[in-house]
Amino acid sequence: MKARVTVTLKSGILDPQGKAIEGALRSLGVEGVTAVRQGKVFDIELEGTDRAQAEALLKQAADKLLANTVIENYRVDVLG
Amino acid sequence: MKSAVLVFPGINRERDMARTLKLISGAEPAMVWHTDTQLPAGTDLVVIPGGFSYGDYLRCGAIAARSPIMDAVRKFAAGGGLVLGVCNGFQILCEAELLPGVLMRNENLRFICREVFLRVERSDTPFTRGYNAGQVIRVPVAHGEGNYIADGETIARLEGEGRVIFRYCSPDGMIDPNWNHNGAINAIAGIVSDKGNVLGMMPHPENHVEASVSPTDGRGLFAGLAEALERAA
Repeated sequence: MKARVTVTLKSGILDPQGKAIEGALRSLGVEGVTAVRQGKVFDIELEGTDRAQAEALLKQAADKLLANTVIENYRVDVLG
Repeated sequence: MKSAVLVFPGINRERDMARTLKLISGAEPAMVWHTDTQLPAGTDLVVIPGGFSYGDYLRCGAIAARSPIMDAVRKFAAGGGLVLGVCNGFQILCEAELLPGVLMRNENLRFICREVFLRVERSDTPFTRGYNAGQVIRVPVAHGEGNYIADGETIARLEGEGRVIFRYCSPDGMIDPNWNHNGAINAIAGIVSDKGNVLGMMPHPENHVEASVSPTDGRGLFAGLAEALERAA
């Protein structure tokens, strides 16, 4: 089974990297970008076929390691 | 003083730290590998040195914070044992939730390697008894992620409980954005845990201890610690 965990910065947390990317896009002439926030994507392969079980396992992975919940939110998607 | 210096893959300041501990206390520290599950018997100070544990993969300190030796450090700290984390060691202590908050990318996005001035906010801790409150010391920093942040409630609690121990300041001790090199909230350079026995700081006091190569403003931290532990023994 394939799954994806997406980790993003909580709103209100300053993102210097996102700001730098935003500035770079502007200097490349990519118009109309008003904000960039950088995050992380984890593509994960799992044993088994039970979606609920997979979601629980991925939530555990995110809480224990993939995200620092002081500053980050995460989203779990089981892709099947 | 019976100190233990933790060693993780990618750490590179452990020899500087061990050398300073030996120089000031006279006792050779134990070097403890990250897969060990116990600290040496009689350890009275755990030091987590600087470097780039696990290449800063995922987040600085994230993987080291979850290694086997950290369970022993958690137990040691819960029992009141003294823990010092410097630079990557501070990041590891935050990721291990032994200290609140997190060290983000420096505000200017640059790796900063230079001397900084720190204001010692309190002298009544085992880590700062070698200094006077309000004293300004000069020590080096070398980090890309030292921009301390936590939620507003946590910052208010840290400030209210006097747990900010070091702040970046001007040479005459003023808190000024121009001297807050990494953009840390309230110019925070070092904090202690709620019980005051765990200190995390970004600067490297261990690198300023010998007059032949540098100022010696870092000595006070280690001399104070050695004295505090000697008295407790």
